[in-house]
Amino acid sequence: MASLKELSTRKDPLTGGHRMCPGCGAPIVVRQILMASKDPVVVVSATGCLEVSTTIFPYSAWTVPFLHNAFENAGATMSGVEAAYQNLKKKGKMTEHVNFVAFGGDGGTYDIGLQSLSGAMERGHDMLYVCYNNEAYMNTGVQRSGATPKGANTTTEPAGKVGQGKVQWRKDLTEIMVAHNIPYVAQAIIGNWSDLTRKAEKAFAVRGPKFMNVLQPCRLGWGYKPENTLELARLAFDTCIWPVYEVENGVYKINKPREKKPVVEYLKTQDRFRHLFKPGNEKLIADIQAEVDRRWNLLLAKEATK
Amino acid sequence: MSKIVAKTGNEAMAEAMRQINPDVVAAYPITPATEIVMIFAKYVADGLVSTEFVAVESEHSAMSACVGASAAGVRVMTGTSSQGLCLMYEILPIAAALRLPIVMCDVNRAISGPINIHCDHSDTMAARDFGWLQIFSENSQEAYDSLIQAIRIAEDPRVHLPTMVTTDGFIISHCLDKIEILEDKDVTEFVGQDRKANNRLLDLKNPTSVGLLDLQDYYFEHRVPVAQAMKDSKKVILEVADEFAKKFGRKYGLIEEYKLADAEVAIVALGSTCGTAKVVIDELRAKGVKAGMLKIRVFRPFPAEEIVKALGKVKALAVLDRSDTWSAQGGQVFTEIRSAFYEAAQKPKMTNFIYGLGGREIDLPQLHTVFAALKNIDKQPVVQYLGVRE
Repeated sequence: MASLKELSTRKDPLTGGHRMCPGCGAPIVVRQILMASKDPVVVVSATGCLEVSTTIFPYSAWTVPFLHNAFENAGATMSGVEAAYQNLKKKGKMTEHVNFVAFGGDGGTYDIGLQSLSGAMERGHDMLYVCYNNEAYMNTGVQRSGATPKGANTTTEPAGKVGQGKVQWRKDLTEIMVAHNIPYVAQAIIGNWSDLTRKAEKAFAVRGPKFMNVLQPCRLGWGYKPENTLELARLAFDTCIWPVYEVENGVYKINKPREKKPVVEYLKTQDRFRHLFKPGNEKLIADIQAEVDRRWNLLLAKEATK
Repeated sequence: MSKIVAKTGNEAMAEAMRQINPDVVAAYPITPATEIVMIFAKYVADGLVSTEFVAVESEHSAMSACVGASAAGVRVMTGTSSQGLCLMYEILPIAAALRLPIVMCDVNRAISGPINIHCDHSDTMAARDFGWLQIFSENSQEAYDSLIQAIRIAEDPRVHLPTMVTTDGFIISHCLDKIEILEDKDVTEFVGQDRKANNRLLDLKNPTSVGLLDLQDYYFEHRVPVAQAMKDSKKVILEVADEFAKKFGRKYGLIEEYKLADAEVAIVALGSTCGTAKVVIDELRAKGVKAGMLKIRVFRPFPAEEIVKALGKVKALAVLDRSDTWSAQGGQVFTEIRSAFYEAAQKPKMTNFIYGLGGREIDLPQLHTVFAALKNIDKQPVVQYLGVRE
């Protein structure tokens, strides 16, 4: 991996004053991933927090070429950009290598944009798709998504007198992407920059479609103090509710916490899980722990079968 | 030398695409436009074009990829129809607002439901307000010629708007027609190369941000220029048509007048029906009826002034719409023509016939019925459905 000194000399893709919330993890995802590219990058973003906050006309926080088209089509839009590039390269009108990076939130990636993403990955475009995953539709005010964890309070599946937040387990998008048999898939967090940047470097080193799913705590939607963003991400890793791993040409490699903490350590830090600690909800927390364990063991087994 | 060949509308459009040789094509199959995509894919496989063909997983992605590629600064084409066009609707106005000169082969087909694969203009007419130029074709030759001209029109700096050239599903798309195909080198020269794109996302030295959030302060100022470009495009369409006529002999306008000069009764139509109507008008003329027709070739921009000028002296007019606005005020063509005549000192009395939905046959006797109705124009309702069982 490039040294920190070298990384510090690379162009910052985002200027300051980009209007994301204080404590937002999304710009960290952008910076730590794009920092890994030694070649020029071209960015496409789905509609979402990242896009609306960084691009309020007449200002743009992007110092690299940037295109926003709509909500559900970052994968397809980047397919077109990349196809144009391949054509120009074939005709000798462009020679330098470019890394194409699409960013989408979990809404634009897990849900409304899944088809567009799947198509782009299946067709083999040379691009890295990054899901900055804050586990709900934060841009429109914390509505549930396919990435929202069970039990979380959202505005479309709120905790109330009867309901206890999201009923379903989240969809495992990273494994869906693994099933596309693309050369590189990774699940990561912000809060461990060297691991995130190293994974991005690996992604940029291979030609073809790559996917990264990065957990990005959202202080507004999750309900915690803005200074705790990175700590919360690390806690997700330590409790294995958000496993960090990569799948390189089908081979799993997991980052294992030194000590696997109980999931309750993670749940108790956020307002969105507060109702789970009311008397009578003990079973819900036990269920969540059991499912986290089940998925973690499944993942360990996948790593073991090489 | 150009050559005379027999080609279906789809083959003619695919042939024009081969000769245009766009940099990127992103498309998805849909009846009756599938063949355009299939034939073009074979051209790619045979190395007859240097195009990057993106075989996307939906029309939504087709138009999304077209936007991406066009914003990257290359020449982009696609083709679709009906439900496919409907699936693109969300992205069509984005293409226009970003001033991306994407050119589309659009085969007119009814929209669901109930599901139907045959011709009417509902799909294309529902896309009339998205900032795309819309050119209709009476036959394969017109579709072929217009597609070649569309590249020049869309890419003209005074226009920079996406453009769709339409044929009528099955009636044109699948019927063999005798057409003149130009020489490859003539098409290459006519469409030119290295267009000056509005957006060049791949200009790495001058990074630009495209598709920004545009709120109360600027959105309006960015939308109105689309209206201005649409207005200015009339001149460009005619300039390109003139150059085409000088080089290749076939002349096109925004509208085509057929025996209108002294006409007392007339119809307005678009697309393949115009060919049928010409036969009926000739038959009526033989009987001494002063019948005529105004064919609309360009529906966007809407040639209001030209239509008012051409039809002002007509006494009774029937506007034929192959789609409905469902407003109980008539089809799209009728409502726009009525509106265009509002301030005219001299105007025909008019009625609207909505016909041919879902591919319902429009034949000579039916068109005779239309002209017969014009004899009693005062007794005609504002809107009536032609050829429907009650």
